[in-house]
Amino acid sequence: MPKVKLPRNSPSLDMTPMVDLAFLLVTFFMLTASFRAAEPVVVDTPSSISEVMLPDNYLLVNIDKDGKAFYNITNKNVRIATLDEMGRRYNIKFTDQQKKRFSVMTSFGVPIGQLPGYIDMNEGDRLKFKSEGIPMDSTDNQLGAWVLSGYKQYQINLAGKKQEAEAKKETFDAKKLKLKFAIKADSKATYQSVKKVIDVFTENEIYQFNMITTMEEKPKAK
Amino acid sequence: MAEVNSGGGGGHGKHDKKRAKKMSTRIDMTPMVDLAFLLLTFFILTSTFNKPKALDLAFPAKPKDTDIVDKTKANGISILITGDDKVYWYPGQLKPESEVQKTDYSKNGLRMIFTNGNSKIIVKMNQLRKEAQGWNYAPAIADSIFKSKAKPIKGDPDALVVLIKADDKASYKNVIDVVDELNITDIGKFAIVDMTPEEKARLLTLK
Repeated sequence: MPKVKLPRNSPSLDMTPMVDLAFLLVTFFMLTASFRAAEPVVVDTPSSISEVMLPDNYLLVNIDKDGKAFYNITNKNVRIATLDEMGRRYNIKFTDQQKKRFSVMTSFGVPIGQLPGYIDMNEGDRLKFKSEGIPMDSTDNQLGAWVLSGYKQYQINLAGKKQEAEAKKETFDAKKLKLKFAIKADSKATYQSVKKVIDVFTENEIYQFNMITTMEEKPKAK
Repeated sequence: MAEVNSGGGGGHGKHDKKRAKKMSTRIDMTPMVDLAFLLLTFFILTSTFNKPKALDLAFPAKPKDTDIVDKTKANGISILITGDDKVYWYPGQLKPESEVQKTDYSKNGLRMIFTNGNSKIIVKMNQLRKEAQGWNYAPAIADSIFKSKAKPIKGDPDALVVLIKADDKASYKNVIDVVDELNITDIGKFAIVDMTPEEKARLLTLK
């Protein structure tokens, strides 16, 4: 007797379109993702309902839970110019190599005297280094100097960009490129330590801040 | 390649045992797909969780903004923040007979106080939000127009004015929590100012 054979269906299905899509998405997310270098300080920010994104151009002061201040400013050229100006002010010579390395670093929290050594460290040592924070007492207000020279150099950079845009007859949106002052403080930090940093800003006539927070869900309106 | 010569006789079809076995052109893509999805998950998660949000905040200039303090006479309240997550409040200006009440950061604490004090503005803002919502979640008006419309509502003379005063022991989180509550209850008129010695003394008597 002949055996009735059922045609065996292969259980595998064509995954090609799915894989195509998966790789497309991987590529997209890889290219759009911006990697951030490891920060020397871990800051656990409080949450708020604010949905405003942090703008691209900012001068950021991190405050950790012990009240130590860390300084960071965006834009490579501005960073180099700021370091230059600070070096002149405090009579510290930075080599071109150091300036280049500084321009791609993230925030730092060392007094300016330690800065050349800090820049020369390799990435791993720098992460392990116990930063003591940037001094901001009235006798030695280095944070104020950093804020002021960062702001000044940013304005110079912006003026240069404006001229360039005008020469090329391009539109220039100064409002969009305005430097924003951001403060990222740990939720465990005391208000007093944050106030100290804010006082540094207000002394320089800067009154508007972006406090960086994580997002939380907005309660439903009744 | 080695099989090229083996078919010398030719035409023997099924008797030719040396013919190369037909290999399937399919390869097992499972590990590759696994990896692709792993990467996909990683990038999706890191790209959305990394975006920091910013809370706009203005601080008064050094010569103290007495203007806003004067406004608290009529429709203002002061929030006193101190250590151990404690928070107190009182309406108007501090007089010996005014009562400083204890409250908390919960929904029934600060938010209740703000909602009661600012109810008129909240109604107007909700109306504006409804208009802005439009049909089927497509916003009827642009974000910038919404903001420019919201500004006069929040700046209404009847709006509640809130003064936030934190002492030395207050934590930063508490201050942000209060500002957050103000944003939730649509209060646009607020200031973060220093605590006066009278208020500090008053807090000591409460503990």
